[in-house]
Amino acid sequence: MIRIGVDVGGTNTDAVVMQSEKFLGGAKSPTTKDILSGVENAITAALNQAKTESKDVEALIVGTTHFVNAIVQRKKLAKTGLIRICLPSGGSILPFADWPKELVDSMNGKFQLVKGGFEMDGSEISKLDEKEIIIALNELIKAGCDQIAISSVFATVRGDMEQEAFDIIKKNSPNIQVSLSKNIGGMGLLERENATLINATLKPLAKEVVESFDELRNKMNFKCSMFFTRNDGTLIQSSEVIDSPVLTFACGPTNSMRGAAFLSKEKNALVVDVGGTTTDVGEVKDGFPRQAGTYVTVADVRTNFSMPDVISFGLGGGSIIDTEKITVGPQSVGHELTDKAKVFGGDVLTASDVAVSYGRCKIGTKEAPEIKNKKNIINLMDQMVEDKVARARTSSEKIPVIAVGGGSVMLDNEIDGLNVIKPPHNDLANAVGAAIAQVSGQVSKVILIDDKIDRETAIKQVTDEATNLAIKRNANPDTINLLAVSDMPLSYLPGKNLLINVTVVGDLKMENK
Amino acid sequence: MKKITSVDKDKLEAIAIGGAVLGSGGGGDPYVGRLMTNQCLETADPVKVIEVETLDDDALILPIAMMGAPTVMMEKFPSGNEFTQLVSMMEKLMQKKVAAILCIEAGGLNSTIPFVAAAKLGLPIVDGDAMGRAFPELQMVSFTLGGIKATPMAMIDDKGNGATFDTISNQWTEKLARALTIQMGGSAMVSLYPVTAKECKKYLIKNSLSLIHYIGCVVKEHSFNAYQVLAKELKGKHLFQARVRDVERTAGEGFTRGVVKLEGIGDFAGRNAKLDFQNEFLIAMEGDKVLATTPDLICLFDANTGEPVTTEVMKYGLSVNVLGLPCDPIWRSKEAIDLVGPKYFKYDIKYQPL
Repeated sequence: MIRIGVDVGGTNTDAVVMQSEKFLGGAKSPTTKDILSGVENAITAALNQAKTESKDVEALIVGTTHFVNAIVQRKKLAKTGLIRICLPSGGSILPFADWPKELVDSMNGKFQLVKGGFEMDGSEISKLDEKEIIIALNELIKAGCDQIAISSVFATVRGDMEQEAFDIIKKNSPNIQVSLSKNIGGMGLLERENATLINATLKPLAKEVVESFDELRNKMNFKCSMFFTRNDGTLIQSSEVIDSPVLTFACGPTNSMRGAAFLSKEKNALVVDVGGTTTDVGEVKDGFPRQAGTYVTVADVRTNFSMPDVISFGLGGGSIIDTEKITVGPQSVGHELTDKAKVFGGDVLTASDVAVSYGRCKIGTKEAPEIKNKKNIINLMDQMVEDKVARARTSSEKIPVIAVGGGSVMLDNEIDGLNVIKPPHNDLANAVGAAIAQVSGQVSKVILIDDKIDRETAIKQVTDEATNLAIKRNANPDTINLLAVSDMPLSYLPGKNLLINVTVVGDLKMENK
Repeated sequence: MKKITSVDKDKLEAIAIGGAVLGSGGGGDPYVGRLMTNQCLETADPVKVIEVETLDDDALILPIAMMGAPTVMMEKFPSGNEFTQLVSMMEKLMQKKVAAILCIEAGGLNSTIPFVAAAKLGLPIVDGDAMGRAFPELQMVSFTLGGIKATPMAMIDDKGNGATFDTISNQWTEKLARALTIQMGGSAMVSLYPVTAKECKKYLIKNSLSLIHYIGCVVKEHSFNAYQVLAKELKGKHLFQARVRDVERTAGEGFTRGVVKLEGIGDFAGRNAKLDFQNEFLIAMEGDKVLATTPDLICLFDANTGEPVTTEVMKYGLSVNVLGLPCDPIWRSKEAIDLVGPKYFKYDIKYQPL
């Protein structure tokens, strides 16, 4: 089965062609302003190297870090307003609590609290008031918001008030886009609300990205379906991405970690992925990224959707250097590295220039510039990486560090006392991870535990359903593995009700040609 | 350990972390209380922290707490109007003005909730508490050992419903207040054990706010190695390093009970342990061997970040370090063990001091 994996990073776009487990070819091309031409260049080059034609490709799988970069750099964010359905409860912690102020400002974050929400047992805190929703909506529209996020107390137990509010808004302002918290995150109002706000503010960008990819698919004569990779390393249809970009939010780190493990054949390791703007540090266990145990902080915002446990920080090949204050990033020249960096003839001093000047690597078209405080700056860069690697470790065990990503050439050969491996094609790890992405089946159900059914049987029942779903989505039944399972009782309900969540994954099965 | 004299947003951050550690997995995430206090501190002065000795013997001290299921508080935040109303209800009952606020439980969410009231009302807070950790029931305080009554007690919900209690024993207060908490939606704000400074001087577990501030600073500074520093400095014991393999929860009568199965990693590879919890972690066992039991503290730390882990966020795959900390000596008398030992929680295990 031939597949193409594509990764669009802030700096480079990577593409690889794989035939099952075999690497046929791959290429890297600068990410272009229009995204499209960079992807086209990368795919064309990869196909040439692999001596493969687009009509023979059976799946086109895309992962993009556009969304997380947009949040970190606070760029292309839609003006977003939140309606929290909670009153009279909820006023003691207002929305956007604990957010970085500049992020709130850059998305024009506004909010309104309205009556409603549920108690834990599903009874109403108070009734939803249609007029109040419309007033809140009009206030938000007046404040310039064109994306609406809705959160409601205990929406995880009962989602119908969010749905009702959605219908009211759509009836009044059919063109405004609405994100509902019940579709985004789990228990924990603030964290779920935060994830929903991030989803809402990214929607216009998501639409733009998906549409441009679809155009390209037609233009390049691909006959196969196109998928996007999501946070857990599995695939979703492009239509789902437009509604829930946040589900693909962390696919970059996931893909690079899965790709790193695949390329190095090290199933247990730390992974450092250095891109053009940010670096991600995480850990793989049995070839899969370690999932965040509690909440996940994204660009200093606390959220709670299931994501790999990744520490992301503003160091990349394009990070802008201040030689006086001795600072690195978080501002970056990003995809303009090959125009703006000094080693490419530009006039902005970047982390890449420092690495070249220090002799860590050879990139660019020009001689390395003379840099003041060079030693201090490279030390700072190493220290930034070492701190995060130390934090990502779970033990003192000497597992290897797999260095991937275009910027990984800047890394030292030893980090935090651990040996650094740079496997072949490591600059294409993200795209490899996308190409090997699997199909998932995820089922979430409330089951009443009684004489007829015990907990183990209930979990098995949900697992079977998830397995069947994955098979229906074209997973090879022989390859299905349990990725995550959780069960949580709904207290204060008569009887013992368990909310059970199961995710399974399997390899994508294709018709043999 | 440095004593604190006032609390601003930064110090509160450390207090919230330290409070989560002494929460022993329970009492809820103090983060929610921290955000509530932060919202008050936007417009209010930092909260003054005082030693109980600085107060006149007859000064009235009001403990403020949240009662109910912490899980509910992760979803349903208070309205914010509860505290002013609570204090005025209590002042009416006591026919006296309040001199200071008290933290009844230095563990979990209740380590930060009193700061909301103190910030909102501009009152000082006393450095100390009545548990030295978190416990699930309201009679489980040092004041009960001193024969001090929990009532008069006031309770209020997010909708503005208020109630006061006058009961014959602290066990009855627990029973009646818990029943009403469920009707109020699973969580409510309470003020109980109104004490004079004189009573407080005798039965308070002193300087526990300074202690949780210290613990929070250690966690921030040493991250995933914090458990080692704390084991050394607080005379505790590293009980286990493990990955969570299974979590089973059952809810009823206002509490979440459960069992966590642990699979050893690192130095503990090949060994298995089990934790029982009833909001807080109560028993740690390896096979038939008891590792620690209540009232000693069983504290869990995320092995990656070093942050304290509560029972609510326990899930499959999480890697943790389990630390045992000795309880305040007040909890080791026979009378105290009857009140908060394993038998009270219906575990047929004898208390063995850590």
